[in-house]
Amino acid sequence: MKRLFTTFAAITAVLISGLAQASGELFIYNWTEYTPPELIAKFEKESGIKVSVDTYDSNETLLAKLQAGATGYDIVVPSQNFVPILINEGLIQKVGVHALSNFKNMEDRWSFPEWDPEQEYSGPWQWGTTSFSYNSELYSGTGASLKEFFEPSDELNGRLSVFQTPDEVISLANIYLGIPFCSEDAKQMKQIQDMLVTQKESVVAYNSETMSDLLASGEAIMTNHWSGYSRLGRLTGAPIVYAYPKEGVVGWYDSMVVPTSAKNVENAKKFMNFMMDPVNMAILTDNQGYGDAVKGTAAYYSEELKSAPEINPPSDLKVFFAPTCSPKAQSLIDKVWTKVMQ
Amino acid sequence: MSDQIQKPSTRKGKKVLPVGHYRGLSSWTIAFFVFLYLPIIVLIFYSFNANRMVMNWGGFGIDWYLKAFNNSDIQKAVWNSLIVATVATVFSTAIATIGALVLARGGNFRGKTVSLGLITLPLMVPEIVTAVAVLIFFSAIGMNLGLGNVIIAHITFCIPFAFMPIRARLEGMDTTLEQASRDLYASEWETFRFVTMPLLMPGIVAGAMLAFVISMDDFIITLMVGGAGSTTLPVYIYSMIRRGLTPEINAVSTMLLLASIAIITAYWILSKKTQTSTEH
Amino acid sequence: MSDWLPKSAAGRRWLGLAPSYFVIGIFMLIPMVIMGVFSFLEPNPYGGVKPVGSLAAYIKIAFEYDLEDKLVFNPGYLNIIFRSFQLSFGATLLCLIFGFPVAYYITLQPENRRNFYIYLVTIPFWTNLLIRTFAWIIILGRGGVIEAPLLATGIIDDSLRMMYTDGAIAIGLTYSYLPLMVLPIYASLEKLDFRLLDAASDLYANRFEIMTKVVIPLCKPGIIAGCILVFIPCLGAFIAPNLLGGGKKLMLGSLVQFQFASARNWPFGGALSMLLLSVVIITLIFYARAAKNRAAMEGSA
Repeated sequence: MKRLFTTFAAITAVLISGLAQASGELFIYNWTEYTPPELIAKFEKESGIKVSVDTYDSNETLLAKLQAGATGYDIVVPSQNFVPILINEGLIQKVGVHALSNFKNMEDRWSFPEWDPEQEYSGPWQWGTTSFSYNSELYSGTGASLKEFFEPSDELNGRLSVFQTPDEVISLANIYLGIPFCSEDAKQMKQIQDMLVTQKESVVAYNSETMSDLLASGEAIMTNHWSGYSRLGRLTGAPIVYAYPKEGVVGWYDSMVVPTSAKNVENAKKFMNFMMDPVNMAILTDNQGYGDAVKGTAAYYSEELKSAPEINPPSDLKVFFAPTCSPKAQSLIDKVWTKVMQ
Repeated sequence: MSDQIQKPSTRKGKKVLPVGHYRGLSSWTIAFFVFLYLPIIVLIFYSFNANRMVMNWGGFGIDWYLKAFNNSDIQKAVWNSLIVATVATVFSTAIATIGALVLARGGNFRGKTVSLGLITLPLMVPEIVTAVAVLIFFSAIGMNLGLGNVIIAHITFCIPFAFMPIRARLEGMDTTLEQASRDLYASEWETFRFVTMPLLMPGIVAGAMLAFVISMDDFIITLMVGGAGSTTLPVYIYSMIRRGLTPEINAVSTMLLLASIAIITAYWILSKKTQTSTEH
Repeated sequence: MSDWLPKSAAGRRWLGLAPSYFVIGIFMLIPMVIMGVFSFLEPNPYGGVKPVGSLAAYIKIAFEYDLEDKLVFNPGYLNIIFRSFQLSFGATLLCLIFGFPVAYYITLQPENRRNFYIYLVTIPFWTNLLIRTFAWIIILGRGGVIEAPLLATGIIDDSLRMMYTDGAIAIGLTYSYLPLMVLPIYASLEKLDFRLLDAASDLYANRFEIMTKVVIPLCKPGIIAGCILVFIPCLGAFIAPNLLGGGKKLMLGSLVQFQFASARNWPFGGALSMLLLSVVIITLIFYARAAKNRAAMEGSA
């Protein structure tokens, strides 16, 4: 019995000690399919740090997870309008990005941005646009207007897919209806609500992750999409076309930040620095098909990427970046979305 | 009792079913099992699909199994699952064993029903409620041990699963052997260690296996409670499903399936053996 | 060595039960109490709660502040709750219809084969629910296992559109919990004395009457147990509605999870959970009462 007990205690001790984090690790929490394995492999080889990647599907999920007290993430990747929220809630920490050695490679127009004026918190990841995509074999439209998305024609026949979280859907609605972002006017939000509720009749699913699969299988004929992610879908052979409507599209900028509860801050900074090297950033951009904020990456793009329509929008395209909404505006957005989702 | 059920007899050349038999029962049962096993067969079948899109059959190939094997994220998830399941099984089985000893042998004491209710509580509460409550709890007291949180949650809900077979075994065990041991001047402890425990062991092993499978399969609680780097296999499969439907999911699922079936078959064989061994 | 065990029987009982009380008490009971408390607090707009008391979460179940901040009746969540009950009842009924004949059939088999059938019934249940539900996506999906041959042979020209519907969720739920219906019914039927059937037949009962007036009443405890074992998990189900419902057809379980994932309204999630828990407790109380009544009746018979 004594032997049993000591063996049991020994096993437990070994297992628990295995849980203690070793040094030389990095935990990345990023959007689904947003972290190319070859990029991670390169970083691991060059730095000797072991990297793990977990994924989420939206800014809202990221915020919810961090708010619930999830720890252990060293790098998370929020969009620009969520960075101030994370700062205000004390969820991310200053790491002095402007002092990192590769910071000089950052493009001027993206340095010291509105959401991080002293570049203390965030390092660049990718920026891109949000619009909608369609299956060109099943749809005769050309995506010339957001009307095709918000007031779908009968051709769609109930095969429309919309993002599962409100943020960008509402922003697109704002653009289409000409309502300013972060409106605190209830009447204006009611307009958006009515439109979304009517749109729901044509929706087959609210999905922020498998849009390309839905388009490829024909389960959906049109879906909300992001520029680069749509390109990835197209590259698997499916006839997916990313639309550039005349009213404009939503622009966003994702950056890497370090949560306050991070355990490997130094390694996180090393990774941020690594990404500001044009060679490495080009690997990411080539893989993802969005835009990047580092000088000199274009030289490393593959041929296919250079001509991809998803990163070469028409020159007259209107791109709108959403700011962080006030709590009052945010609560209106939540009310609208709750109504739509019921 | 089964000898009371007669075989169908033939009278006037027409097959007449005896009392209690109904036409179509066997076909219904066959249809039932087809329904039950169809998804499993589909899962295994499509894991050999050479095409990337799960639903369009593109030929036979084991590429996805190779891909799954080499996927380090999967390996990490499996490792996490095994650690959690092992530790949770050890602790929950130990706790359940002593609990069962008290509840099955202690007679009718005050608080017996309450204790029984408490131990089976995790079974009755819907999993989502448990998951959410534990998340709130850990967040409120600021406990953040990563995988440790998951292990604690698993120990908690595995207890009733380990408890049931052990208690069943205890109730089926008659005490003559133990009484004989005491009559032969063995101390209480010696009786417990050399007579009771070995007799009980099949029940304990059955309980442990059950707890292990339950822990390996758990998804919703681990999803809500887990922190960074605590992805277990079911949680990883979920993220794979959300990322896109490739046959890699099928390959991983098939392997998980076969592992579960192996354990359950072992459990079944073991319980058959104990049935026959106590029936002399 | 047994000297460190307490001498009194009560002492030993306490020792044996203490770990269970400790673990389940701290990691289940207390969390549920905290969850109950949280449901009476105000939500923090960015997740978590504010230490301010409020009934807002419970009011939200049936009412809402519309865009003009007026309190109006809101059937939306009640619809979701209603749908959850509807689908759970439906799944329970389907399980009963499917499962009862099978349990009966197994009982008719010779003893040594019965255990094998039971083993076959339980295997799918012990395998991962997530992957079994995922398989249904492949079966019901566009161009999937059901549609592909039908499309190929021209029986249908377009998709049957089975995915992302209430029906898909119902199938998923039924499938998930079918064994839980079969096993208790079988356990009840196994104890059935088949000579009663012969007696009934001798008394000129026909096949139908034998089933409805003899068999079913005698295995009622099993049927009720099976229904409860299916109904309760269905109410709180999360996987089937999520994977097969496409985020459009929310059920109680997925609605609760949504509050903690994207919606960031913990008190509301807590309130819904308390609602779910109350239904479970009420169901169990009814069950316990019915069991006691039956025992009393049988005892006095």
